[in-house]
Amino acid sequence: MTRQTGTPRAYGLPPEQGLYDPRNEHDACGIGFVVDIKGRKSHDIVSQGLQVLVNLTHRGAVGADPLEGDGAGILVQIPDAFFREVCDFELPEAGHYGVLNIFLPKDPDIRVLCENMLERYAVSEGQRVLGWRDVPVDRTGIGESVLAVEPVIRQMFIARDPSLPDQDAFERKLFVIRKQAAIESRKINHREAGMLYITTSSSRVVCYKGMLLAEQIGSYFKDLTDPRFSSALALVHQRFSTNTFPAWSLAHPFRLICHNGEINTARGNVNWMAARGKALKSDVLGEDLKKLWPLIADGVSDSASFDNALELLVAGGYPLSHAMMMLIPEAWDNNPLMDPAQKAFYEYHAALMEPWDGPAAVAFTDGRQIGATLDRNGLRPARYIVTDDDRVILASEAGTLPVPEERIRQKWRLQPGKMLLIDTEKGEIVSDEALKAEIAASKPYGKWVADSQLKISDLPPAMPPMKPNRTTMLDMQQVFGYTQEDLKFLMEPMAETGAEAIGSMGNDTPIPALSSKGKPLYNYFKQLFAQVTNPPIDPIREELVMSLTSFIGPRPNLLGLGGGAHLKLEVSQPILTNEDLERIRHIEDVPTNDFHAQTLDVTFPRQEGPQGMARRIGALQREAQDCVERGENIIILSDRAVDMDRVPVPAALATSAVHHHLVRNGLRTSVGLVVETGEAREVHHFCVLAGYGAEAINPWLAFETLTDMHPGIAPDEEKRLHKNYIKAVGKGILKVMSKMGISTYQSYCGAQIFDAVGLSSSFVATYFPGTHTRIEGVGLDVLSAETVERHRLAYEDVPIYRNALDVGGDYAFRIRGDAHVWTPETIGLLQHAVRGDAQDKYREYARIINDQSKQLLTPRGLFDIHLAEEPVPLEEVEPATEIVKRFSTGAMSFGSISREAHTTLAIAMNRIGGKSNTGEGGEEPERFVRMANGDSERSAIKQIASGRFGVTAEYLVNSDMMQIKMAQGAKPGEGGQLPGHKVDKVIARVRHSTPGVGLISPPPHHDIYSIEDLAQLIYDLKNVNPTGDVSVKLVSEVGVGVVAAGVSKAKADHVTISGYEGGTGASPLTSIKHAGSPWEIGLAETQQALVLNRLRGRIAVQVDGGLRTGRDVIVGALLGADEFGFATAPLIAAGCIMMRKCHLNTCPVGVATQDPELRKKFQGAPEHVINYFFFVAEEVRELMAAMGVRTIDELIGRTDLLDKKQAIEHWKARGLDFSRLFHRPQVGPDVAVRNTEEQNHDIYEILDRELITQATPALESGTPVQIEMPIRNMNRTTGAMLSGEVAKRYGHAGLPEDSISVKFRGTAGQSFGAFLARGVSFELCGDGNDYVGKGLSGGRIAIYPDPASQIVPEQSIIIGNTVMYGAIAGECYFRGVGGERFCVRNSGATAVVEGVGDHGCEYMTGGIVLVIGPTGRNFAAGMSGGIAYVLDERGDFDRRCNAEMVDLGPVDPADLAPEGDDLSDHLRHDASRIRMLLERHVHYTNSARARSLLKDLDGTLSKIVKVTPRDYARALNELRAEEAATAEAGALPGGDD
Amino acid sequence: MGKITGFLEIERKDRHYRPAEERVKHFREFVVPLPDEELKAQGARCMDCGIPYCHQGCPVNNIIPDWNDLVYNGNWREASEVLHSTNNFPEFTGRVCPAPCEASCTLNIDDSPVTIKTIECAIVDRAFSEGWIEPQIPKHRTGKTVAVVGSGPAGLAAAQQLARAGHRVHVFEKNAKMGGLLRYGIPDFKMEKHLIDRRLSQMQTEGVMFIGGIHVGIDKSVDDLLAEFDAVVLAGGAEAPRDLPVPGRDLDGVMYAMDFLPQQNRRVSNEPLGDIEEVSAEGKHVIVIGGGDTGSDCIGTSFRQGALSVTQLEIMPAPPEREDKALTWPDWPLKMRTSSSQAEGAERDFSVVTTAIRGEDGKVVAIECARCEGSEKGFAKIEGSDFELKADLVLLAMGFVSPVHEGMIDDLAVEKDQRGNVMANTEDYQTSCANVFACGDMRRGQSLVVWAIREGRQCARSVDEFLMGSTLLPR
Repeated sequence: MTRQTGTPRAYGLPPEQGLYDPRNEHDACGIGFVVDIKGRKSHDIVSQGLQVLVNLTHRGAVGADPLEGDGAGILVQIPDAFFREVCDFELPEAGHYGVLNIFLPKDPDIRVLCENMLERYAVSEGQRVLGWRDVPVDRTGIGESVLAVEPVIRQMFIARDPSLPDQDAFERKLFVIRKQAAIESRKINHREAGMLYITTSSSRVVCYKGMLLAEQIGSYFKDLTDPRFSSALALVHQRFSTNTFPAWSLAHPFRLICHNGEINTARGNVNWMAARGKALKSDVLGEDLKKLWPLIADGVSDSASFDNALELLVAGGYPLSHAMMMLIPEAWDNNPLMDPAQKAFYEYHAALMEPWDGPAAVAFTDGRQIGATLDRNGLRPARYIVTDDDRVILASEAGTLPVPEERIRQKWRLQPGKMLLIDTEKGEIVSDEALKAEIAASKPYGKWVADSQLKISDLPPAMPPMKPNRTTMLDMQQVFGYTQEDLKFLMEPMAETGAEAIGSMGNDTPIPALSSKGKPLYNYFKQLFAQVTNPPIDPIREELVMSLTSFIGPRPNLLGLGGGAHLKLEVSQPILTNEDLERIRHIEDVPTNDFHAQTLDVTFPRQEGPQGMARRIGALQREAQDCVERGENIIILSDRAVDMDRVPVPAALATSAVHHHLVRNGLRTSVGLVVETGEAREVHHFCVLAGYGAEAINPWLAFETLTDMHPGIAPDEEKRLHKNYIKAVGKGILKVMSKMGISTYQSYCGAQIFDAVGLSSSFVATYFPGTHTRIEGVGLDVLSAETVERHRLAYEDVPIYRNALDVGGDYAFRIRGDAHVWTPETIGLLQHAVRGDAQDKYREYARIINDQSKQLLTPRGLFDIHLAEEPVPLEEVEPATEIVKRFSTGAMSFGSISREAHTTLAIAMNRIGGKSNTGEGGEEPERFVRMANGDSERSAIKQIASGRFGVTAEYLVNSDMMQIKMAQGAKPGEGGQLPGHKVDKVIARVRHSTPGVGLISPPPHHDIYSIEDLAQLIYDLKNVNPTGDVSVKLVSEVGVGVVAAGVSKAKADHVTISGYEGGTGASPLTSIKHAGSPWEIGLAETQQALVLNRLRGRIAVQVDGGLRTGRDVIVGALLGADEFGFATAPLIAAGCIMMRKCHLNTCPVGVATQDPELRKKFQGAPEHVINYFFFVAEEVRELMAAMGVRTIDELIGRTDLLDKKQAIEHWKARGLDFSRLFHRPQVGPDVAVRNTEEQNHDIYEILDRELITQATPALESGTPVQIEMPIRNMNRTTGAMLSGEVAKRYGHAGLPEDSISVKFRGTAGQSFGAFLARGVSFELCGDGNDYVGKGLSGGRIAIYPDPASQIVPEQSIIIGNTVMYGAIAGECYFRGVGGERFCVRNSGATAVVEGVGDHGCEYMTGGIVLVIGPTGRNFAAGMSGGIAYVLDERGDFDRRCNAEMVDLGPVDPADLAPEGDDLSDHLRHDASRIRMLLERHVHYTNSARARSLLKDLDGTLSKIVKVTPRDYARALNELRAEEAATAEAGALPGGDD
Repeated sequence: MGKITGFLEIERKDRHYRPAEERVKHFREFVVPLPDEELKAQGARCMDCGIPYCHQGCPVNNIIPDWNDLVYNGNWREASEVLHSTNNFPEFTGRVCPAPCEASCTLNIDDSPVTIKTIECAIVDRAFSEGWIEPQIPKHRTGKTVAVVGSGPAGLAAAQQLARAGHRVHVFEKNAKMGGLLRYGIPDFKMEKHLIDRRLSQMQTEGVMFIGGIHVGIDKSVDDLLAEFDAVVLAGGAEAPRDLPVPGRDLDGVMYAMDFLPQQNRRVSNEPLGDIEEVSAEGKHVIVIGGGDTGSDCIGTSFRQGALSVTQLEIMPAPPEREDKALTWPDWPLKMRTSSSQAEGAERDFSVVTTAIRGEDGKVVAIECARCEGSEKGFAKIEGSDFELKADLVLLAMGFVSPVHEGMIDDLAVEKDQRGNVMANTEDYQTSCANVFACGDMRRGQSLVVWAIREGRQCARSVDEFLMGSTLLPR
């Protein structure tokens, strides 16, 4: 790897520039701790901590400079004995002095200033400064880029003032001192002032950390290797960040925690913490509380914010574990298995604190207790062992500290929402149950909840206002901008079906700022979604973690420990009916409560014109403040007063303006905010309102509209429609929340998970502070002018609006509707051009698309490409045959498009040397073989999506590029569903599923919850196919550049930035329109972030999602793309006519359908596609000639060749400013701005190389081999490369069983046996980590504990999470318990395991799973195929199983198969099958458990529950009937008639 | 959106004609409407395309998917509202439009487009019979006055839109009755004239003043017009016919189609023929030169008058029976089409050039023809391919070259385009004279009724904006 260190860099993260915003930085990592339960201090603990750290190295990453780590650290108890010896001043007894470990500026003047300031605060808080100590460091081997920003590290010792009552009080003082110094340091105007950072200020713990590699921590900090340096606990952390900027302070651990994961809701959490400001009171902290504000500094990481919040709770008097339960509560709402007292605890605290939600494994300690907890969904791994010498070692994976097996007493894992706590003072491990039971019982939470809880249904009935007549309604609908499409495509389906409608073929209308139609303000806000750094959630299949519960009204004092009488109004979901709203409006009529609701009118007089809006907002803010100050505690913002003379302020604007005004004034938590608006009607509207602070929303006009659409409707039917509509909105909100990985409405509310596209930054800063806005755009003036104009048109006698709403034209092309890029004209021209090989028609097509002087459709339409004064001759420009090699077609699965369309694209791309993409869903192996005429139908790019359909070793080795689809343009952050009727025999074959059975793609990749997981999957794929590139597909959104930098660090060879315009797949309409942003923005941000990080050279960047012409290609290159993807345009060339009916299987041109009759209508040919690409390439060449450029390489990243068009007259476009898009980071000439080098994959010195060598006889001649070798957690993805070799030679069929048998001993690293091919069998004596048997392709894995171990196998964890994800075929036997998501998306493998965690067999579509132990919750969620047998000894399996798609039934002991039956019929012969599985389990693992079950087989069978997916049983019965019919027909005697 | 799988389940069915032998005995319409149930089913075939090509294929951008769906759902009244939101006179287009919408229908890729025109016609006919068509009288009058010259579809559409916007509109028509070619060109058997009267009645209530028998430029000077009105809309059509400059052109029995067809329409309407020579095809061998719609109207009229034979000659080669869909759809394709009149028994011949007309006693007896090759740019006679056809009546239906310039256009001295049409763009329809606008054939040259309606509507919007500074009329 080239070391690009020539460019000097400043300390820490670079300032915000261009599209780069340091707020978007992410990190994720490995965590661990070692503790002596009995609290015995030793240096050994410290050494072991450091060793754990080193063994987690692969979870971290290195930057552009290989000597530069992302940060690592260790937190230990204060080594009192050591300090006593090394300090040159006298120390009081342990616990009576505190240590501040401080990063100080290098500049001596400013350093002294900081030191003096610290001393001053220590003194002013009544404590005594004992002295300073320089922390000795050894800089050997530290990267020069790190040293350039290395702080001076010193420790300040403070003595406890005798007047303090106890050590906790002293801890609080140290906290207050640190906080004040940190706050003041931010005010110092010096470039190095930001270096001041206090890692810990405590009398109990001290933290050593830095921008170092894991193995450097021990050598750099000399203290840590001093044998006198001892502690009873060590908390360690290895960081993987998305950037390469050396920021010492970002390393973990923080003061109380270290964290692996991501807090998705951080923005909202931080806002709510700030909002509490004035309302907080603490008996414990007293006046000191005020000194802590602002509690959370601007721009700190999510983990740091979390740490800040936790510190406050602990300082405010909550026990550490109690505080952790408040911040990361278990999913309690829908858990029937939870103890009522515990539920009451969570319910009580829900009103106090909104969950800090996201994937999180948090390890925490206050120096006395140490523990860890997992998020409610268990999205991060944490394994621990207890040894017989009373040590607990916990880490993100097993095997980080080699401990002799015979010394291990217990092996277990952290479970979702559960906590592990070790109390070193009491010298015991406190179990989750005991801990929580104790805390839950400590106060009468149940009574408190019952006393304070008020539900809407408890309020007296109220009379909702009657619907006005139709004409009045029409005017109102028009005022609020309703369109015919809103009614037809959005509202009606929601009311009818209770779900949002589906659409296809992406979005080709302009962003709102460019639309000539006034768009609702909501449309300027694009939903953010999780990709890579955190997983989206499946709100349907994992409903148990989701909650729409909202609290309206004041929040209790967070630090009020006494509990009591804070009344709260609870709603089960945030959409209020018109009646509900009236109930709240009259809430004070209930004499027993303290609620007072005040309605504030958000309309303004028409005659004031557009200026009236700003005036009204200002007044509203004052009125709201008055309300709160005089004690009103619910504010209803209402636009009911709209009429001919009064214009409504857009509800989102009014809501956010009031919400933020109250937040700023510390009043927000004293009042509830309810929005009564006629404007909100679609899911996205509600999300924006919620995101900016609405606790509940009443869409009054939407309800009235629904009623109005059905004249004379019966009251019951009306109720049904309204109910369905609310249900659909609720589902939609859950979906939008889950896209970002947020599971509760409470945390979503106020979280502002949006990116503003096309709004002016001053407008956003004023009314939507904290929201990102990238390209500038319209402000209040334009929005208010549009609102007033809309109001005018509604009430004037406009002929087309007299009897009808505006047509809309967003979802389908319409005259007078919004503009579209794809029109009858452009499609006709393109098709005629490619079919007639007519370049002139192509030129006409390109001219129309490129020339947007009349109607602006895309940001790039506004760019000017600078032409050279002296063009170069066309013949000197790179030939078209070279340019087309940079082109690829988009990922469209065989399944979504027809075989004809899919192969046409593949043949075309293979002919021209471009690449086609399989899309999700596999490829028929026949296509891997070249055709007789020399053509090839093999797609060069093989996609790996969350469903892993058809992802076998064979599939992967037959690729040039393996693309991990993190998100897709049409529906980023969402999964998909292929309905059963689309799964015909061919589709079922390539997807390894059953015909007629629906298939679900989960929203996340279950092996990627975080950036280091992505690195692992990249590593897996690279192992299977070392010659193939690995690509990661991302969708453009705020922060995508930072994610791309992480992807580059995770060693992807290629990254695709997809624009939201693209997207051919079926998707909810909300997602098509409102998620993601134009590729111009995402691509520019990616280029800037990669160049700033000096990571650009090692990764190729592809742009796709709405590329249509050669000009688009040029703009893409100038903004930073090496390669270009096209989907819709080549599909149109092949015959697609944008029916947008892909999801209905009725494509009339045979493109997006599996209907055999319709497929016959397919008219496309490879030549058409080839013509298209050559036309594009020629257009590129002509433009390049005019620009005076000869090669594409010269264009990449040259934003200086772009300019905003000056000529265009468009009243809204005037505000747009792309200067941030055009920003070029200032870097030296040594920093690459395009793809210039190869990634350095660590796939050379790995076990598989040795395995392959030893297996050569088997690989080459089929001679069986037996191999034995040790294995460690650092040995990852063992078996994948070997399997790739098998698949290359023998395809999916592989080798005969046991051709290559390998026996390992030890703890295997992640992905043990991934993609293991048929004929390879792995035996592991020891234990496995996450992803064992991922993508299993026919091989066999058996894992059993070391016989020397003292553990009870069936009560111990043997493998990690997400085992056998996407397994296709093969067998696994695990003697022990598996983690969460066992066999997720198993397509056909067989597994026996002795217990599993939550979400077992999720989304399974085939195969057999036998669980002979307890299961977690949500078993079989989304399971559509295969069968599972579960031993239900406790008799509660029905409550742990998600029976939405499956039936549970007993096993008939008499259901035996006849001799010689292959047991392939999953509907019968259960007894024989179970017996066989148990016998094999014994055979392969020597399981005592299985042996005892076999002993009493009938008794065993009586306790086994069979899980059969309903659809699967139906489909199998149908297939059986079909086969019987065929057999009968074949058996008919001939010549009978 | 119709029925999702409607197009897969329901076959295309269209209106049919009464048998030729029956229909040639009268001048009434002979198209048999479809029953309501069938219309609903046909509406269900509409796929509600993401890009409705019909919507763009239709010059007035009829929102076809929407009213197809409304008809499918039996919501006829709303269908009529949607239909009228883009088309002032669907009863005209529902009868005489060649339906480019159907050519561009997605289902036309397989030659079975939705029967859009039939549904359109049914909607408006039903709306009239149910009494849903009411005058839309403006709430306020602007006090502005507009003269519309010409009462064809462009003039009428402009007039109706302008009246609804509150202007005082006078329509000047040189003929006695309003309607232009709708009334005098198109034979009754294709569109009965009471349909026009019904619309005129509506427009009268809406405030349009119809002034027949005034030929602007002859009976009324353009200066007077400009002085009396705030704006003038020129919608006088393109009435200068293309001539056939061959020997014998001035023989008796050789005439322009537009001297022949109006007579018959007046006869049917009992309108005085005036001071002209009456001509009938009865007992004659009729030659129609020109293969377009006017030619077809001549054929149908001739058969109804009792012609012995009718032969239609076209200079262009015979178009292909079926177009190459891959290269034409969704555009209007050139292909062999047979009109109802042609189907009544006319002989058709293609690639034929007329070289001379032969007469006896000053009356035509035959025409001399030859085969030709070439294209629109120029045709060359194929030597030795001459032949002769017996002819008692030769009707010239070779299209129109431009508006008539003499009189109004010359007097106004407006600028003209290369083809002699009044020059104005389709953004504002403004001519070189400050407050004079032009639309329809007078601006674009000979074209379809539906284009005339489009231009009339769009022109009205521009006039309204010109008069008021802003407009609420749709484009």
